[in-house]
Amino acid sequence: MPTQILIPAALRRFTQDQPAVEVEAATADEALKALTGRFPTLQQHLFQPDGKLRSFVNVFVNDEDIRHLQKGATTLKAGDTLSIVPSIAGGAR
Amino acid sequence: MLRLSEAHRKAIAAHGEKAYPQEACGALLGTAKGEFKTVEATIEAANRFGDVEEFREKSGESQANRYVIPPEAIARIEREARERGLDVVGFYHSHPDHPARPSQYDQDHAWPWLSYVIVRVAAGRAEDLNSFVLSDDRAVFAAEFIE
Repeated sequence: MPTQILIPAALRRFTQDQPAVEVEAATADEALKALTGRFPTLQQHLFQPDGKLRSFVNVFVNDEDIRHLQKGATTLKAGDTLSIVPSIAGGAR
Repeated sequence: MLRLSEAHRKAIAAHGEKAYPQEACGALLGTAKGEFKTVEATIEAANRFGDVEEFREKSGESQANRYVIPPEAIARIEREARERGLDVVGFYHSHPDHPARPSQYDQDHAWPWLSYVIVRVAAGRAEDLNSFVLSDDRAVFAAEFIE
């Protein structure tokens, strides 16, 4: 299933400045694997060394966080858009 | 380098003063050419520290020294940016009664390339404002020049 992945500005220099990348995938996991397969330098920014998504990296299918769906196994339908969305956090001390 | 107008600086400072003694936070929308970013708009965000599962309060932590903008809010901000023909080029937050310099916690949670503007708010009044960018290898959170 062709799926468009929206790339946040912070990561576009790892996708040759493309704001969106189209991949063939049936699930969210497959889409991310296809993305990092095509752009390997993205891997360290999205995933921990053990292969899990970094805690402050969130993946949305359309308007829903995949953690509230079937996580990486969330199936993709025609026309779905996958977004990589950060959690933004910090603090003084 | 970050181009941040006086009006946007004042908006960030005002938000920091309004939120004091808690940390204010928000997004910077604009355009970018390589490492050179221009802020065209700021968007205030609600500080949701303590509400988001991964960021539950531990001892010594509260909205007075922590901020979180959850992913649902970021997704809405990203959508608004796209609708306006802009990008999310960074975020801002305030440090109540603390220097306008990033903490280790700031660095641990930063994304590379984005500009992180920090404003010190001392006794309710905004003082200095600085911006920082995390290196791609996450090792350095360096000050960037604000024009």
